[in-house]
This record gives sequence, C-alpha cells and structure tokens, in this order.
Amino acid sequence: MNDGIVYWLQQILNALQLGSIYALIALGYTMVYGILTMINFAHGDVFMIGAFFCFLAATALGLPFVPTLLLTMLGTALLGVVIERLAYKPLRQAPRVSAVITALGIGLFLENFTLALAPYPKHIPPLLESVTWNLGGVSVSSLQVIIIFLSLGLMLVLDYVVHRTPVGMAMRAISWDKTFVPLMGIPADLIISVTFAIGAGLAGAAGTMYGLAYPVIDPYMGIMVGWKAFISAVVGGIGNIRGAMIGAFILGGVEIMVTAFFPSTYRDFVAFSLLLVLIVIRPYGILGQPRTQKV
Amino acid sequence: MIATLKNTWEWLLDQSWLLPLLLVIGFVLAFAIPEYNLLNKYVQLVLMYVGINIILAVSLNLVNGYMGEFSLAHAGFMAVGAYTAALLTMRVLPVAAYPGLFPLAVLAGGLAAAVLGLIVAIPSFKVRGDYLAIITLAFLMIVKSVIENIDVIGGPRGIPGIKRLTTMPWVFFWVVVCVWMVRNFVYSKYGRGVLSIREDEIASDLMSVNTRRVKFLAFMTSSFFAGIAGGLFAHLLQFISPRVFDIIKTTDILIMVYLGGIASIGGSILGATLYTVLLEILRPSTVAGMLSWLPAIVFDPLNEYFIRHLGVWRMVIMPLLLVLVMLYWPRGIMGLREYRGFIPRRDREAQHRLKKSEKQEMP
Repeated sequence: MNDGIVYWLQQILNALQLGSIYALIALGYTMVYGILTMINFAHGDVFMIGAFFCFLAATALGLPFVPTLLLTMLGTALLGVVIERLAYKPLRQAPRVSAVITALGIGLFLENFTLALAPYPKHIPPLLESVTWNLGGVSVSSLQVIIIFLSLGLMLVLDYVVHRTPVGMAMRAISWDKTFVPLMGIPADLIISVTFAIGAGLAGAAGTMYGLAYPVIDPYMGIMVGWKAFISAVVGGIGNIRGAMIGAFILGGVEIMVTAFFPSTYRDFVAFSLLLVLIVIRPYGILGQPRTQKV
Repeated sequence: MIATLKNTWEWLLDQSWLLPLLLVIGFVLAFAIPEYNLLNKYVQLVLMYVGINIILAVSLNLVNGYMGEFSLAHAGFMAVGAYTAALLTMRVLPVAAYPGLFPLAVLAGGLAAAVLGLIVAIPSFKVRGDYLAIITLAFLMIVKSVIENIDVIGGPRGIPGIKRLTTMPWVFFWVVVCVWMVRNFVYSKYGRGVLSIREDEIASDLMSVNTRRVKFLAFMTSSFFAGIAGGLFAHLLQFISPRVFDIIKTTDILIMVYLGGIASIGGSILGATLYTVLLEILRPSTVAGMLSWLPAIVFDPLNEYFIRHLGVWRMVIMPLLLVLVMLYWPRGIMGLREYRGFIPRRDREAQHRLKKSEKQEMP
C-alpha cells in the first residue's frame, strides 16, 4: 500500500484508541450534567482512582484482565456513589457554585490522598498478551482492538440503558424536570445515585484501559485526561450522551493530528483553543439544543 | 467584664481614626520588622506570602463574590504578571543599578494581566455560569500552554534566578492599594452595577446598568491585582515555571475566597490569612517545634507516626477542609457581611436607620 495511506490509517487507529478512552470518561461528565446541571470536576480523579484500583487488583490480588476490569468498575462505581451522597447531595438546594467548589475540593482530595499513599508513579503489569498484527503495513496491536471494541460495547450498552430501559427513562425524566417527576413516584435520589454509579463505573473502565495502554500511572494523571474528556462532552453538547461520544472521537482525532504535524507540546493549546472557539460560536455543542432563558 | 470589653470593642470599631491608625502602624511595622529583625526570617517570609494571598483573594472576590461569576483564570493572570515582571527585571530594566525600578516592573505585570482580563471579559457578555467557568479555565490552560511553548522565556523549565526584590513595605503597600481600590470600586456606582449583575443580569440591564462596562471594569481590576500579586510572588519565590500557576494554584485562591466568605473584603483578608498560616503551621517542622515541650516518651511516637508525615497529609487535609466548609458553612466566615471600617458612612447610616425603623414597627 501507499506510504501516505498507511500513515493516515495508523493515525486514525491511534485517534480511535484515544477517543474511546475520552468517550468513556466524557459520558460520566455529560450524564451528571444532564441530570443535575452540575459539572462534576472530581470525575477526572475518579478515572485516576480507577487506574490505581486496576493496579491494586493486578498486583496485590494478581487477578487476570476480566476480573480486574469488573472489580475496578465496581470499586469506582461505589466511590462515585459515596462522593455523591456525602459531598453533593447535601448541596442540592444550595447555590450551584457551592457544589462546583465542593467537586474541586473532592478532586484535590483524591489526588493528594493517592499521592500520600503512593508517592511514586506505579507501573501496571501487562494483563493481556499483546499481539501485533501487520495489516498491509498498518500495525494493529490486540490491545488497541480490545480497547476500541470494549469501549464501543460499553457505549452501546449505555445507550441501550438510557434510551430503552425504565431506569434510563427515569433518568431522562429527571433531567427534564426535577420538581414534578419525583411526584410521579420516581425515586429521584436513587436514580441520581445510579447515574453517578454508571458514570464512575465507566471512568473506572477507562482507567483500566488507559493503564493498559500507557502503563505508568501517577496521582495527577486524571487532571489533564479529565479536562480533555470534559472538553469532549462540551464539544458534543453537554448533557447529550451521543454527543459526548462524537465529541470524544473528534477531540481524539484532533489531538493525534496535532501531534503528528506539530511538536507534541502544542496539543493542549489546540485542544483548549478548540473548546474556546466552540463555546463562543456554538455554546450548546454539536448535538445539544440551545436553551432559551425566560425572564 | 465581658460586656465592658465588648462595648469597648464596639466603640473602637466605630471610630473613624481606627483605619488610618492601623495603616500608619502597619507601614511603620512593615519597615521596622525587616530592618531590625523583629521577627525571624521565616515568619517574615510567611507574612509576605500572607500579603500576596490577600491581594489574590480580595481581587478574585470582586469577580467570584461580588459579581457572582465563577472565574478559574486567576492563576493565569498571576502567571502573566509574574512572567512580565520577572522578564523586565531580569532582561530589560537595570534594577541592579536602580532598585527603584522594581515597582515599575510589578506595575507593568499588573497592566499586562489587566489587558488579558479585558479579553476574558468579552465572552462574559454572552456566556454566563458554567460556560464562563469553562472559558476561564480554557484561558488558564492556554496561558500555561503558551508559556510552555515559548523557549525564549524558559518554556516548561521556567525562569530560575530571579532577584529577590519583594520586600515587606512593598507587599504592604500593594495590599493597601488593592483593598482600597476594590473597596472603593465596590461601593461606587459601578460597584452597585456589579452587585446587580450578581442578582439578576437581565433586570440590571433593563434598569440601565451598562453591564458591559461594569464587567470590563470588574474583570480588569481583578486581573490587574492578580498580575501585581504574580509580580510580587515571582520576586519572592525567585523561581517561576508554568507548573507554579496551574489549576491547583487557582483552587488555593478559591479556597481562600470561599473560606473567608463571598462578597466581603474583610472575609477575603481573613480567609487568605487563615489559609496561609494554617498551611504553614501544619508543616512538620513547625508542629514539632510547637510540641517540643512534651516529654520524649509522648513526643517521639507522636513524631514517628503523625508529625513526620504531615508534609504530605496537610495537602490532604486542606481540600477536605474546603469541602467541610462548603457543606456546613456554605457562606464562609464572613459571607455577605463586611468589616465595618470598609463600609462607607452613608451606607452604615442607611443600615442603621433601617434597623431602627424595623424596631419601631415592632409592637
């Protein structure tokens, strides 16, 4: 095959891998925003905790890949619910800024707490035997395939849960109206907790996959990846689940392209400039609907 | 006894000569302490950081507290001020020969930050709330990223070897200027506009408040003082890099503002002082020094299991403190209240009359 095409295919593959990790985290941001109109700034750090859970399960317990993934998702889901119950629920009637600041505090707490327990970067052992196939010049590793397909699978499951099941219907109902929907007999607190659990669980899955793809993990890794995922959610239209997935793949693509043509230090600059431009020209994102404010 | 003390205290707070007197004492002390080493060097250093943090907290309170927006860009403005001032003193101005040029460099840093503050103010015309928070965050990240990519100013390595030009009188001077200007701004006509934007932007627009001009002024004043604080900070720490001014720095300032209480200059001063001093007190060496009078049999295990590890754990305690403050004390220490000396006489008298008429109406 032509060298140029091979190069592009390789980059597209990398973009898909990065984008699917962003997408899993972005879903947590967008679901919480959709239901509570609150930016959960601690979400990136839940992703980081996921990577550390994965490290613990793989080294201390010596588990293989699938149990590690499930245990990590369960652990972060529990963490998400605990954070929601202890830190966000008491503030539901408070000014919106209070919850945002609390979220920032929780994120900082998670980072520094992990740092206090694990001062040095950790190395996740390879849980999967990596095979690299050569498809006409494009090298495809089994890890990439697993990350991409597992993420897509999780996203399809989530899409099904939100759009086709009673729980998903309750979620959409609460995000539509928080005053009257609970009067119809929908347990709002439970549904909000479930939302946090699902979002955090997906972040845990993302942490595991990130840890497999880039095995050195440290307590501050969640900040940047979290913000990137957040940008993805905003680009797609925050509150919109399909939008978050699209936004994540767009951002992943843009980042890979920037690193392919410019020094890699320009990556963050381009990502945040993209966010800035988008907010000014289309603040409701690609799939979002503009909201009108009533006076 | 306590009643008399309280009465005296109330009487003292009402005196108009109290503030000028405190100012004079403050200036005399600011000159005397470093000159005669009244306090040890470490305490002097902490005092200067307290001053810089007061400037940061008071100026951020203008946007986040009084105007009710949620800006995360303060560390970015601080970075701009710090880099401008540091580059000026290191490469442009002959400060070694003329130390009097240092305040000019700091001022230039503040002005550079103010110009960028204007740019951030423009999107705030259209966008509010969460989205404005995102824009300010993106601005912070872009500033950091731009600095990292300019190799001439050190890139990610930063600028080492800045001269230590920040002195206590200068810090005190800028604290006074900052508090004075923000206070006058808040109680001016534009200040009323700032408050009305917090309560209801559309209504204040309809009441012929020029919201654009008010926002310009508020953002500019706020970022100007962030730049000043950055310049002072750079010449105290003697080393700056993009990493110094990241989101964690902004979170620090946010903690000070919300701990002290929104829309309160006195609260911001209190919050910045408490937070800075608390962080210093929790250092292992300070705690060990304070508890060294304990007998060895108590002190040694305490040191082994607790004090020695405080260096890391204090960074765990502080965010937890922020969360607890938000949960149980959402308004902060002085939220929406103000130290009497900062409130202009006409406002105080109006409040007084209001209270009196309320009392009379009661049967």
